[in-house]
Amino acid sequence: MKTSKYKKLLTHLILIAGIGITVLPFLWMLCTSFKTKGESMMIPPTILPERFVTEAYYSVMTALPFGRIYMNTVFSTVITVAGQVIICTLAAYSFARIKFPGRDILFLLVLSVLMVPGQIFLVPQYLIVQKLGLLDTLCALFLPNLFSAFGTFMMRQFFLSLPDELEEAAILDGCSRFQILINIMVPLVKSGIVALVIFTAKFAWNDFMWPLIVNTTTTKMTLAPALSTLQGQHTNDYPAQMAGAVLAVIPMVVLFFVFQKQFIEGVAHTGVKG
Amino acid sequence: MQGTTRKKIAKRQWKEWGEGYLFIAPLLLGIFIFYIFPFIQNFWFSFNEVNKFNVATFYGLNNYIEMCKDKELWSALGNTLLYVGITVPVGLMLSLFVAALLNTKIRGTSFYRTIYFLPSVTMSAAVAMVWKWIYNEQYGLLNAAMKAGGFSPHGWITDPRTALFMVMIVGIWGTVGYNMIILLAGMQGISRSYYEAASVDGASGICQFFKITVPMLSPTIFFVMITSVIGGFQVFDTIYMMIGKANTAYRSTQTLVMIFYRNAFDYGHKGYAAAISILIFSIIMLVTVIQMIGQKKWVNYD
Repeated sequence: MKTSKYKKLLTHLILIAGIGITVLPFLWMLCTSFKTKGESMMIPPTILPERFVTEAYYSVMTALPFGRIYMNTVFSTVITVAGQVIICTLAAYSFARIKFPGRDILFLLVLSVLMVPGQIFLVPQYLIVQKLGLLDTLCALFLPNLFSAFGTFMMRQFFLSLPDELEEAAILDGCSRFQILINIMVPLVKSGIVALVIFTAKFAWNDFMWPLIVNTTTTKMTLAPALSTLQGQHTNDYPAQMAGAVLAVIPMVVLFFVFQKQFIEGVAHTGVKG
Repeated sequence: MQGTTRKKIAKRQWKEWGEGYLFIAPLLLGIFIFYIFPFIQNFWFSFNEVNKFNVATFYGLNNYIEMCKDKELWSALGNTLLYVGITVPVGLMLSLFVAALLNTKIRGTSFYRTIYFLPSVTMSAAVAMVWKWIYNEQYGLLNAAMKAGGFSPHGWITDPRTALFMVMIVGIWGTVGYNMIILLAGMQGISRSYYEAASVDGASGICQFFKITVPMLSPTIFFVMITSVIGGFQVFDTIYMMIGKANTAYRSTQTLVMIFYRNAFDYGHKGYAAAISILIFSIIMLVTVIQMIGQKKWVNYD
C-alpha cells in the first residue's frame, strides 16, 4: 500500500513539472507585457515587473489599428462559424438521410478534398479572390473557409447515428425535409453542432497563412498576421509584442475555459471515430 | 386508379430528390469553385510559368526539371523530413506518457487535462512570438537560466545548428496536449478486466502498459501518428514568426511549405510554387501509404 502512495506522489510530481513547462511561456508573456521596455531588457531579467505598467498595451493600440483588427477577426470568425454551421448541416443531413441519384459519388468528391494538403488550392484560390476584386476586403477572409469538407463529414457522422424511424412519421404527415431538419433533427445533433462551432471558431481565429496572403492593408487584417506586422515594427519592444500576444490569445482561452468540456470531448471523439 | 398513385409516388420521389440536391447545392458550389477547380488549375499551373501579373504561359516540364536542380528545395525537403522525423515520435511518446499518467486513479485529472490542452487552443503565431522572446540571445529567459546555471549563452534561433531544433520544441509543446486527449480517450475505452487479469498474474504496471495498453490502443496511436505526420509536413506559422528572412538560420529552417509560400507570394513564381505544392502532396501521400502498409504489422483491430 505504501508503494502505491509513493507512486501517486511521483505521478503528481511529474504531471506538475509538465504543467510548469506548459504554462511557463504564458506566464512569461503576461509578466513581460506589464513591464516597461527598459525593464524587459535588464540583465539578469526581473521575474515579476517591478512596477506594473500598461504602457505596452497602450503602444500596441497606437502602433496598429488594433481595435479594427480585433473587430475584423471577430467578424471573420463569426461569419465562418455561422456559414459553416448552416452549409455543412444542410449538406450533411442530405448526404446522411436523403436518397437521391449520385449521392455517394458526390460525397466521395467532397471527402477527397480532405485528403489534399491546403497548399494545393492556395494559388488558384488567391487568384479567384483577386479576380472577384476581393483582395484586401473582409470578404476575402472567410470566403473559401465557408465550405468545409471536414465539417460536413463530421456532421454526417452525427446524422448517421440517429435511428431511421425518426423521420418516417413526419414524412407521412407531409412535412417538408426542411421542417424535419429544423424541428426534429437539429435538436438531436446539438452536440455535433457545438463541436463544429468550437473547431471552426478555433480554426478561424488562429488561422495564419490565408489572411496573411489575401489582406495586406493593416485595417483589413486579422490578429494572427497583424502580430507579424507588430513584430516587424517593434523589433525590440518586447513588452509591446507580448501585450499583442496576450490580447490575441485571450478570447480563445476564455472560450476554452467556459466550454472546456465540449472542447475536450470534441477532440476525444475524433480519435475514437478514426 | 393505379396511374394516379404511381404519379403521386413519382411526384413525391421528385420532391425528395429535389430537396436532397437543394441541401447539398451551397456546399457543392463552394467546393467546386474553391477546391476542385483550384486543384485542377493548380495541376495545370505546375506546367506553366505564371508571372507577376498572373499570366500563365506553357512551360512543359520545366518547373519539375528546375525542382530537381534546386538545391534550396532539396535542403528544405531535408529540413522538413527532419522536423517530421523528430517531432512525430517524440511528441507521440510524450503524449502517450502523459496520457498513461492521467489514466491512473489520481486526483485532479480534469485539472491536468485542461491545462495540458491549453497550448492547442492558443494562436500559434502568438505562441511563436513568446518562444522567440524566450530564446532571445541577449535578454531571453533561456539564456538567463543558462547563465544562472553557469553555462554560456547561446544564439538558439540564429545558430543554424540549433534553430530547427528550437522550432521543434515549440511544435511538440503545442501538440502534446491535443494528442494526449485523443490517446487518453482511447485508453479509457480499454476494458478494465484485462488489467485485473494481468494484476492477478502479477504483471507490473509497466509490463501492463506495453502488453495491454499499447496493443489495445494501436488504432488510436496509428490515427494520431497519421494526423501528426500530415500536420508536421505543413508546419509554417511558427517558423514564419520565429525565423525572419534576415536570420542567419533561415536556410537551415526553411521547410517545403515555407519555400512554397516564398515562391508563390513573395518571389512571384506561382507556376513553380504550384509544382512544389504537388511535390508536398505526393510526399504526404507516399508517407501515408507507407504507414498504411506498415500498420498491418502492429495495429490490431478487434
